[in-house]
Amino acid sequence: MADIDEIDTSNLAYGRTEWDDHHHLPTNTGLTNEKVTMWAFLGSDCLLFGALISTYLLLRNRVGPATSGPTAADLFDIPFTSVSSFVLLMSSLTMVLAVTSIQRAEMDRCKLWLLTTAALGSIFIAGQVYEFTSFYREGLGFTTNISSSAFYTLTGFHGVHVSLGIVMLVTMWVLVSGGQIGPERAETIEIIGLYWHFVDIVWIVIFAVVYLIP
Amino acid sequence: MNTVAVSEEETHEEHHDHGLSDVGYIKVALILAVLTAVEVATYFWDFGVVEVPSLLILMVVKFQIVVSYFMHLKFDSKVFSYLFVTGVILAMLVFAAMGTSLAFWQNPSGCDISAFC
Repeated sequence: MADIDEIDTSNLAYGRTEWDDHHHLPTNTGLTNEKVTMWAFLGSDCLLFGALISTYLLLRNRVGPATSGPTAADLFDIPFTSVSSFVLLMSSLTMVLAVTSIQRAEMDRCKLWLLTTAALGSIFIAGQVYEFTSFYREGLGFTTNISSSAFYTLTGFHGVHVSLGIVMLVTMWVLVSGGQIGPERAETIEIIGLYWHFVDIVWIVIFAVVYLIP
Repeated sequence: MNTVAVSEEETHEEHHDHGLSDVGYIKVALILAVLTAVEVATYFWDFGVVEVPSLLILMVVKFQIVVSYFMHLKFDSKVFSYLFVTGVILAMLVFAAMGTSLAFWQNPSGCDISAFC
């Protein structure tokens, strides 16, 4: 506790102090507030995706009495989606390698893995845009029927999560490149990694339940 | 103060000891890739009555592996596990509640399931 009294607060106006970079304030659990907050957020995000997946499962075969048209399941291109899923899965590996790199103070490797993860995420998003475009050309719009609305809402929300993750990864790359984030703040990269792995596990569920299970 | 310093050093060491080595993570990723390949194989070959249970089991195993190793829940504080598992359980309860409200489990009225009953 005596350490707190010795903090140089002269540069508090500029944000983090040197003490902040090497320690975190003591908490009841001994865990950092940032990490606890991220896990609480991920737990609550499970509810969002739980509701969206449930809605899709309940409406997947319903085109409604007043609308018609195909369902998303009629148009799935499983080989293409399998490649996208594999790309996203491998991005989790590059993310965890970025975390271990910064923990070992290998900053160049960390930057490389961060960029690789962002690139793999971008490939996944590009695949989703292609899938949506081809579905639309085959007559499956957002308002074609209730099944299509449920499908686009579910996969669209996941796509937004991945896109936000890419923005965070690029931001981390900029901060690591500029020296604002070093090995002493490796937990920041770890927390971004938790978010990235979460979008991966959500896709594991979507790929199995929405795409593969007939 | 020495006690604080020592415990902080131990905490930092624990953080660095968490998880697997890079090679370990690559092995985990290879296992995930194989499991994904098995999943995709169910699309090309007919697995009969075991297809849906197999896909559900593979999904749960992949989910568990990513959460345990890549997200470090296996090595991290139990507090994180409680927070996350609570969210997963609530999500499953949401599904059960929605299924019940939309007569997913049964259709006692006998109306056309393709319409809104």
